[in-house]
Amino acid sequence: MQTHMRAPAKAQPEDETELGSVVLRAVVKTFPAERRASQPVTALDGLTLTADPGETVAVVGPSGCGKTTLLELVCGLTAPDAGTVLSAPAALMAQRDLLLPWRNAVDNASLAMNVSGVERSVARERAGALLRDFGLSGFERALPHELSGGMRQRVAFARTLLSGRTVLCLDEPFASLDALTRQEMQDWLAGTLALAPRTVLLVTHDVEEAIVLADRVLVLSPRPGRVVATIDVDAPRPRDRSDPQLVALRARALQELRG
Amino acid sequence: MMAAVLLIALFGGWEAYTRVSGIDAFVLPPPSAIATSLVDDRALLWSNFTVTAGEIALGMLVALVLGLVCAVAIHFSALLRRAIYPLLVGSQTIPIVLVAPLLVAWWGFGLMPKLAIVALVCFFPVVVPTLDGLDRVDGDLRKLMRTFGASRWQTFRIVEAPAALPGLLTGMKLSVAIAAIAATLAEYAGSDAGLGNLMLKAIPQFETARAFAAVLVLSAFSVALFGLLAFAERRLLPWAHQPRGTTP
Repeated sequence: MQTHMRAPAKAQPEDETELGSVVLRAVVKTFPAERRASQPVTALDGLTLTADPGETVAVVGPSGCGKTTLLELVCGLTAPDAGTVLSAPAALMAQRDLLLPWRNAVDNASLAMNVSGVERSVARERAGALLRDFGLSGFERALPHELSGGMRQRVAFARTLLSGRTVLCLDEPFASLDALTRQEMQDWLAGTLALAPRTVLLVTHDVEEAIVLADRVLVLSPRPGRVVATIDVDAPRPRDRSDPQLVALRARALQELRG
Repeated sequence: MMAAVLLIALFGGWEAYTRVSGIDAFVLPPPSAIATSLVDDRALLWSNFTVTAGEIALGMLVALVLGLVCAVAIHFSALLRRAIYPLLVGSQTIPIVLVAPLLVAWWGFGLMPKLAIVALVCFFPVVVPTLDGLDRVDGDLRKLMRTFGASRWQTFRIVEAPAALPGLLTGMKLSVAIAAIAATLAEYAGSDAGLGNLMLKAIPQFETARAFAAVLVLSAFSVALFGLLAFAERRLLPWAHQPRGTTP
């Protein structure tokens, strides 16, 4: 698992990926049996997916349909058994904020820059400016345990953005938040992406979240995961979640999910 | 605070018992006699205390350095984990009572045998929690570092090493208590100074109160050292004492 990694930072050879697109063609990923008695698990079986530069593509599916595996493939954390994965450099943001408890907000947001060797003062300045944009003025030096769940998630998002990757892989980023904070964070993310567009792959099991945020929603089948439906969401932004068009799309997505 | 109340009650009961029972002072000296010895023998106690304190402090320092090197080496190498870890566990079963006189025979009455014994005893409580801290770093956090293109060393420096600090401090706190016992034992095996040496000489001289006074000084030193480490922990690692909402 650890040794045969592709370095995720390296851009893929195809030109289109330089611009920030993601292409998965007929991807198969199987995990070996964990115990002798159990069967190998096929997480993805012939999955095809593309995300154009600047597009937000949401992937919804039942639990265990290989959504997280999909993002790990795009981020280069694991390699497919068959098929091709082409992606511009991608950064991953997980459901848990994964902030380092000993680093304050600014230094947590600076993490990727520390790794890539950006000078510490420069990194702090950039991280501080972004955190202030994110409404965290006055909390720059707060440790994670001093921040609320929504604030921590914003710091985690700042860290993801500041990695400089053109593709953002969001793995149920708001699933651990309470319902009200989750809605606020979804609106906030929509606003942030409108200001600074990125290619976003959003994995979620929250259909409403997918519809509110994405340009396109892909519905995956239960394991092994394949795309069973594609729903284009061409509603204007900023979106209102009570918009009848969105409500209808949401109902359709739910229907597709139920099969 | 409660510890002080308990201590006063304990000494009060002890004092009363020695008065009422008329037990010989060299079998069980009353706390008042120990207190008198603390004052009268203060120069003697102090000069021997500095010897033992030095043995404990240096021995723990050696244990800290060796323990850290071992924990990191085992963390990085599966081969070393298989090769060294069982030996470390084995090293803890060495009967110090048996080895201490041998070390004195090899190295004489000086500092060396004491350092070796204190380090041997304190080493294990340093390695185990530190290694646990290094190993238990959240797998998702390691993945995150990989997506940022972090090298193995960067992941260690930025994520794993700080995450292991609370374990290291816990290990140091555990070491403090046993370090005093180890130093005393080492002095019993052969020495010309130190609180253990003082205790050893006081008993046959029927100066039991002085031996108890030496024990008291040693205990106070351990408690102070423990308090110092706990204070350092709170100051240096405030995040380790918070309820963890998330991560690692």
